[in-house]
Amino acid sequence: MTGGVSGPVNLLWVVIVAAKAVVLFGFAVVMTLFMIMVDRKVLARMQVRIGPNRAGPGGWLQSLADGIKLFFKEPITPEAVDRPLYRVAPMVSSMTAFLAMTVIPLGPPVRLFGRTITLQLVDLNVGVLLYLALTSLGVYGIVLAGWSSGSKYPLIGGVRASAQLISYEAAAALALLPVFLLSRTLTTSGIVLAQGGRYTGGWAFVPKWYAIPMVVPFLVYVMAGVAETNRAPFDLVEAESELVGGFHTEYSGIGFALFYLAEYVNMVTVSSIAVTVFLGGWHGPHPGYWRPAFGVLWYVAKLLVVLFLFVWLRGTLPRLRYDQLMTLGWKVLIPTSLVWLLGSSFVVAAHAEGWL
Amino acid sequence: MADVTEGATPTSRPSALRALAKGMSVTFRHMFRRKVTVPFPDVRRTKPARFHGRHVLNRYPDGMEKCIGCELCAGVCTARCIYVRGADNPPDAPVSPGERYGYVYEINFLRCIFCALCVEACPTEAITMTHLFEFSFTSRDEAIYTKDELLVEADGTPRARRHHGPPPVGLDRQGWVQATSSSGAVAYEGRVAWSPEPVIGPRPPEPDQATADAVPGAARAEGGADGADGAPVDEGAGSHH
Repeated sequence: MTGGVSGPVNLLWVVIVAAKAVVLFGFAVVMTLFMIMVDRKVLARMQVRIGPNRAGPGGWLQSLADGIKLFFKEPITPEAVDRPLYRVAPMVSSMTAFLAMTVIPLGPPVRLFGRTITLQLVDLNVGVLLYLALTSLGVYGIVLAGWSSGSKYPLIGGVRASAQLISYEAAAALALLPVFLLSRTLTTSGIVLAQGGRYTGGWAFVPKWYAIPMVVPFLVYVMAGVAETNRAPFDLVEAESELVGGFHTEYSGIGFALFYLAEYVNMVTVSSIAVTVFLGGWHGPHPGYWRPAFGVLWYVAKLLVVLFLFVWLRGTLPRLRYDQLMTLGWKVLIPTSLVWLLGSSFVVAAHAEGWL
Repeated sequence: MADVTEGATPTSRPSALRALAKGMSVTFRHMFRRKVTVPFPDVRRTKPARFHGRHVLNRYPDGMEKCIGCELCAGVCTARCIYVRGADNPPDAPVSPGERYGYVYEINFLRCIFCALCVEACPTEAITMTHLFEFSFTSRDEAIYTKDELLVEADGTPRARRHHGPPPVGLDRQGWVQATSSSGAVAYEGRVAWSPEPVIGPRPPEPDQATADAVPGAARAEGGADGADGAPVDEGAGSHH
């Protein structure tokens, strides 16, 4: 523990942990701004158009410009809002989104200043549980925003959010469980370490990523992850054609910016968990590359691939109807992950007993 | 009801995954298509020849205004967006050839629907349309263009408002766009039907005019209108040829 930094707890320790926090926050923000641009650019390409091209080279500073604009814009507070909750809701949304990033290992541990530093802010023994808890807390931001806005569209959006996110939270957690059976740990760093190397024998070209034996939970988790981040095709929470802006209809300026930020940070977090738990984290396909820089590069590369999948899905699929959403969650994803959990429990137990 | 819901479930059919894969491949392939849009202010597409942009008030090559203040454009305007007041030409310094000239000429571009009926009604080809389309107003008053903005420069180029950027070059800045021939006659193929604009010169005839006008019924129908407004148009055209 101790912040993922070995050695005595003194001033240097504080500085290192603080630096890690700042770097992680910066990484999350830069990744988010980058992701907003990737989202808009890739979507534009899929729709055979150019997309944002005015701000900065190729338009790549557009999201930065948008952020600055929103930051200096007047936040308009409608008359009917419940002020304390209305103010707190965007903070809850973005804070939980950023906090969930703390359990992600960005790379292998490095030696600096005579200490071993993990590239991860906290290495809790219940790391993945913390992530699940924080994403569940993030729902409160959306629900409270919908409730406190004192307006019908945000309220409907908030109600949809509570139902949708609780349903898919269950599916996501159930999809992660079989992996814990294999890894026998809930720490994110332990799960990544367990995915190092390759299989033996004729499967030596296959890396030991959990996505390969656990392909069904991986797919279920990706689907639930898209739903949890309220991204198309599961964006019923902010369905423009039905709910204006959904839960953030009454927000402007910095409040809206925080929700916008939270959505994309959540995307980065969900993708990071998918990379960490299923795609081998910072492990490259070639085992033995233990240099930290390569680890971080592999992690970012995998993260970008998963994030591209998010955009790709958004560019392809139309929004689900509400009953389709619930049917997919409760009748397809949850039973599938339950059956897979039972099956893999049996296989693990049988292996331990020597039956297989 | 129950089986309808079941049938609509995206994953209950075996073909759903194949449909998803097909859809994903479509969007993926489109990423590498040639884009249909252009980065507009840097790259400007050439407008279609008869694009209905904003109006201009034209001059004769000697600098005289063509508008005679007859108010036919205002009368025909479906959106009621044109306001014209004519006045007698001062004998010592005439503004237009003839008795009267357009003393006030205003178009409210918040109302204009760019139908070009005013262009067709004008007996002297004073009002025509350009390829200019970049409007931006900061107030309702600013949306009303007066003679200051509408009247072309002495060399025949349309005036651009300062924030509208440089006027486009070539044919796109020509102030001559008409829905029909200037004389009202349909069978004008092979001839330059548009009056030459000072400095910029005549526009070449459109290539597919023969096939476009080969509808027999249309020729007869428009032939009747030809007699009515043919005379003033020929007069106006003759005076500057």
